[in-house]
Amino acid sequence: MRYAMALNIGKCVGCADCVVACQTENNVPIGYSRDWIIEKVKGEYPTLNLHFESQRCNHCETSPCVRVCPTGASHVIEGGIVKVTENECIGCGACIQACPYEARYFHPDGYVDKCTFCDHRVSQGQDPACVSVCPTYCMIFGDLDDPSSEISNILRTNDAYVLAPESGTQPHVYFFK
Amino acid sequence: MPVTVKISTIIPPFIIAIGLIFLIEDLHHKLYFWQLMVHFEVASPMSWGTWILTIILFISILWPLSFIDGIKLFFEENNKKRLAKWCGSVQNVMKKVPLLPKLVELTTKNRKTLAYITFFLAIALGIYTGILLSSFNARPLWNTSILGPLFLVSGVSTGAAAIMWLSNNKEEKALFSRIDLVLIGIELTLIFLMFLGMAWGPEVYQQTAAMFLGGEFTAVFWGVFVGMGLILPAILEALELKGFHVPIAIPAFLILLGGLIFRVIMVVAGQISAYTF
Repeated sequence: MRYAMALNIGKCVGCADCVVACQTENNVPIGYSRDWIIEKVKGEYPTLNLHFESQRCNHCETSPCVRVCPTGASHVIEGGIVKVTENECIGCGACIQACPYEARYFHPDGYVDKCTFCDHRVSQGQDPACVSVCPTYCMIFGDLDDPSSEISNILRTNDAYVLAPESGTQPHVYFFK
Repeated sequence: MPVTVKISTIIPPFIIAIGLIFLIEDLHHKLYFWQLMVHFEVASPMSWGTWILTIILFISILWPLSFIDGIKLFFEENNKKRLAKWCGSVQNVMKKVPLLPKLVELTTKNRKTLAYITFFLAIALGIYTGILLSSFNARPLWNTSILGPLFLVSGVSTGAAAIMWLSNNKEEKALFSRIDLVLIGIELTLIFLMFLGMAWGPEVYQQTAAMFLGGEFTAVFWGVFVGMGLILPAILEALELKGFHVPIAIPAFLILLGGLIFRVIMVVAGQISAYTF
């Protein structure tokens, strides 16, 4: 199993429902978030073009955060989901610096926190919280190893892109239009 | 070289201990720092660093203890009564700690073997910070293989400056002054090569180099670190060797301060440099 997410930037309206859903689902402390919305503006005034990206941990195949972790608190679980074990994390912040996507932050309790692809929901056969609340159905979550899954089909038929591919992380969050 | 071999060895245990306190203080989940000691991650430079630092701390304590008689004598000869007295009380405490006298005796017997081990461990420790930072692929300023050697040379140069400052022996001072001049030359070359590599590299590296070549860190890096922390002390040292009277404390202090500023700049600027997407 290789879980991945694909986001249709042609459908995303930037409502940030995904952000709120994640904060509620995962008890994210106030003032912090595991996912966020980026506005990307292209072109020159007055002919501008804007799209939104809902960004989060990319659950990279070659995850630099896991490589630099001195205690093994950052690890990869079944399905390629990158997770942090709270009571093994010393809060050194190496993973925060190693992540090209700024996906990690210090929880007020000291350990490092990040998106888990809602593994507690996924293991029950549900979609992650952010995906399940999206009002425009712009996010698709699924298994890349299953050739008949919706996400495999989308990545086959669309010209999807990933963030900072030059960093060599092989991310698992895709964007397409 | 009495100061280099014997007396200067009382510095490391203290500065390593201070460094360790800062390192632990910098953690956000402090009470879990012991997790470092129950894990070893081969791919994580910080895990290597933890173990190198731990071993070096033990050796750095045993080494001066094995010279304690000589150190005490040195302070007595140089009229540093309080330090000599302090050495005496260390000797008394040492006898009471279980196992410690035996370990010190072992150190004294195997001094040469231990010196070789420490030589390699010290290089590893000096190069470690650079290797650690260079392992962060997401931070283009750090992600250069030349950073390890650069941190090592900078560290050895500050070490030479410290001995130069501490020594009361004219020949020893001159020798370390000369060593330091060579190291500063190497350091300047490595800095030049580092920026050459960045300026000729892919886009993110060009942007990173621009932070130092016209960007916000230009003045502090070239003016304060390279100018006042490397070139000015090098000129002062050269003048001193030519026979001009320059108080050795000035270049030594500038080099030590420069070494610190260099690290602060690299750590701060490195966190700003990032991939854009």
